[in-house]
Amino acid sequence: MDWEVVIGLEVHAQLNTATKIFCGCSTAFGAEPNSHTCPVCLAMPGALPVLNAAAVDKAIALGLAIGAQLNRKSIFARKNYFYPDLPKGYQISQYELPVVGQGQLMVQMADGTEKVIGVTRAHLEEDAGKSLHEAFVGQSGIDLNRAGTPLLEIVSEPDMRSSAEAVAYLKKLHALVRYLEICDGNMQEGSFRCDANVSLRRPGAPFGTRAEIKNLNSFRFLEKAIEYEILRQKDILESGGSIVQETRLYDANRDETRSMRSKEEANDYRYFPDPDLLPLVLDEARIEKVRQGLPELPDAKRARFMDQYQLSAYDAGVLTASRDLADYFEVVADGVEGKLAANWVMGDLLGALNKAGIEIQECPVPADKLRLLVQRIEDKTISGKIAKDIFEEIFHQGGEVDAIIDSRGLRQITDVTAIAVMVDAIISANPQQVAGYRAGKDKLLGFFVGQVMKASQGKANPDQVNALLLERLQKPD
Amino acid sequence: MDLHHLSLRQLREGLHNKDFSALELTETLLQRIRALNPQLNAFITVTEAAALESATQADARLAKGEAGALLGLPMAHKDIFCTADLPTTCGSKMLENFVAPYSATVVERLAAAGMVMLGKLNMDEFAMGSSNETSYFGPVRNPWNVDMVPGGSSGGSAAAVAAGLVPVATGTDTGGSIRQPAALCGITGIKPTYGRVSRYGMIAFASSLDQGGPMARSAEDCALLLDAMAAHDPRDSTSHPAAASDFLRGLDRPLQGLRVGVPEEFFGEGLDPEVAAAVQSGIDQLAKQGASIQSIRLPNNPHAVSTYYVLAPAEASSNLSRFDGVRYTHRSQAVENLDDLYRKSRYEGFGAEVRRRILVGTYVLSAGYYDAYYLKAQQVRSLIREDFRRAFAEVDVIVGPTTPSPAFGLGAKNADPISMYLADIYTIAVNLAGIPALSLPCGFTRSGLPIGMQLMGDYFADDLLLNVAHRYQQETDWHLARPTLQAGEA
Repeated sequence: MDWEVVIGLEVHAQLNTATKIFCGCSTAFGAEPNSHTCPVCLAMPGALPVLNAAAVDKAIALGLAIGAQLNRKSIFARKNYFYPDLPKGYQISQYELPVVGQGQLMVQMADGTEKVIGVTRAHLEEDAGKSLHEAFVGQSGIDLNRAGTPLLEIVSEPDMRSSAEAVAYLKKLHALVRYLEICDGNMQEGSFRCDANVSLRRPGAPFGTRAEIKNLNSFRFLEKAIEYEILRQKDILESGGSIVQETRLYDANRDETRSMRSKEEANDYRYFPDPDLLPLVLDEARIEKVRQGLPELPDAKRARFMDQYQLSAYDAGVLTASRDLADYFEVVADGVEGKLAANWVMGDLLGALNKAGIEIQECPVPADKLRLLVQRIEDKTISGKIAKDIFEEIFHQGGEVDAIIDSRGLRQITDVTAIAVMVDAIISANPQQVAGYRAGKDKLLGFFVGQVMKASQGKANPDQVNALLLERLQKPD
Repeated sequence: MDLHHLSLRQLREGLHNKDFSALELTETLLQRIRALNPQLNAFITVTEAAALESATQADARLAKGEAGALLGLPMAHKDIFCTADLPTTCGSKMLENFVAPYSATVVERLAAAGMVMLGKLNMDEFAMGSSNETSYFGPVRNPWNVDMVPGGSSGGSAAAVAAGLVPVATGTDTGGSIRQPAALCGITGIKPTYGRVSRYGMIAFASSLDQGGPMARSAEDCALLLDAMAAHDPRDSTSHPAAASDFLRGLDRPLQGLRVGVPEEFFGEGLDPEVAAAVQSGIDQLAKQGASIQSIRLPNNPHAVSTYYVLAPAEASSNLSRFDGVRYTHRSQAVENLDDLYRKSRYEGFGAEVRRRILVGTYVLSAGYYDAYYLKAQQVRSLIREDFRRAFAEVDVIVGPTTPSPAFGLGAKNADPISMYLADIYTIAVNLAGIPALSLPCGFTRSGLPIGMQLMGDYFADDLLLNVAHRYQQETDWHLARPTLQAGEA
């Protein structure tokens, strides 16, 4: 009998506020250690937290985007534990009453199916600092610049049944926080990170014991860690063992998870309401104001792309996977045929970006330049083949579309007389192939087209070449 | 002229009449501190240089014609308020060498008003105690009898004010820490409504109960100081938007028609007969001045102490986690590893009472115990609040004893923490409810120890309490009695 895998994700999204969640210090990444600190985030005696309203509005935005219940009253609680990079000896978080309640996210799978994943809750909390073990001999350094950075912890229901679904959910959430502009989504810097709860069960049986896997800072690591964990748990269960509830750490270098601490070793965090902060009360006006400011969200954009640009669900899904890509596409598609624009963005552009290992925001070809290139195909100034060469050149060396076409004489040959001369020359030079074609070898047409294009250095209009060849090859001598 | 016996109003007149300068006043009191502090131990730190500097600045401002009500007047802070670039110990070895990089809002406000801070006052360690004996810097002695405790936790403040080392001082009150020492030292002190006085920079003991307030030799001086202390502070989320008020304006209102409630629960078993008699004569005095007296019930008051000793330690166990040996605190030497660093630094840095409360607080918040202790205590807290709400529908002020007994001997209750906790039996409910309460002198025992009477009011009725106390002090002279102290006695 098969095993069913059950996965739930806890995502920590660092909210991109200018200042920390409980003080006025900057949240900028990469500053001199401990330079972005004050009595509050250093936990000096007597210092008190004051909630950053911008962080709350960003949490509201996420709640609205996933159709969640927004709690009109939520409570900040203290999570008590000792660690050197946790200066107060407790983390201010939300426990029993989070700001965002039950919501959901729809994910699209590669096979075109869709699935709704429940979101249990999302709550506001502060990040800890960092312990630095390198560069100190027999000592550790503490950098509290990150201490107090606002986080939104988004907890899913255990609704995912494969690593692919987990990755699809995480990608969708990643796209969403970037659409909403509430998180920069930078996974390397840790501003969007994920823990996975994984368990196995026989279909229909109650949930099995889960392991929580920490330290998943890329989509690929999430997938690999879950796959590893499935095999590990399966081995244990099938050899008659049982799973221990524990926290495991994913080691990307060795592609394995290993135990960090068991349930028995887990801290008793002694949560209780933080008496330094009043309950967070949301009124309708505030929620409405955030709602007014929401951008078009991925699902709505995808539907619009299908309708407005006549795209398939798949194409629209790819193009709306990130707000930057969708914005780029819309500039290209403004004035050219939608499907052609989509093919260029999804094919040549994404291919080149992938190969260069860069993101759409850093794309060296501005969207309006790609649009002009596509327009030059549409107005038959150049062929699609030539356009690909020009794109490659602009991508790597820069330059202007029209200037390259003119200076290099790439303008398409559409003069029927000129093309006819080339076609006739090729037919005369290849009597054997002509005979073969006329004997029924239709595939040889491609050979003739290729020869004519070669003779024209790719500039002859392929449609005209095709038409002319069909005409001349049928005419008996 | 004995400058050390004058009220703030008299001192201010003296400054404005140029009878003396702020510098002369400061020097006089510093000299008195030098003479008397060795036997009282009221000050942990005397900030002489800084005091002389700010007195000189105050004189310059006075010379320019500035007329601030507190300009040039001396005071001292309980050592729980952070003072930039000066030591702040909170009465603990943990912070023996701590110099705060910033000042509490209260410290900033009084400095901006031109007050001259003479130093930092002794206190029970982290404000946990009712006798000032838990201080790492040694016990404070009661100026009325140096074999007696001054009360706590603001014992240094009470003793310094009573002994004339400063005319006024700040204190803090979590379960009675302003009122109980005020009663035991024969001075006046008010715990304002929760949210009146900013807690920013005031080292937290139990955040939902802590409140700073003034301690002085009269209600009028308390009002003057509270005027400067109370204000909404955006740096304290629990600070009330309407925290500021004019506490002087209504001081003279007559007491005619004042409805006074006397809770039965405050006059039961355990109350010293001399205290009961003195408070009763205080109540009679209020009646004589036009107040109507009626008996009331606060049925949940008997649960206040046990409720408090769940909630306050719970909050404290978390508030004191930041004293971990990692940054600015005492750090144990020769530690093996991180756990060792925490354990040893905290064991060495905290005294026994603080450790006891951290243990209790950790216990009541633990998984499996939270509902039975912390949650239950919060429910009782609501009932206690409800008691007061019902009472204040019928009366304007509730009056009773501040403490069950006068000052007790040094060491008398050290072996029995519960009997020590019961010293706050009448003061704790007020903190649980968040209402204001004031203690003022209402008599003496035969052995010459002061007795305090407590006035409790509804939320934001701080001005009414000051008004009642002031009118009482217009007609009585208990607050004018001064202890006899000889310099050099130890």
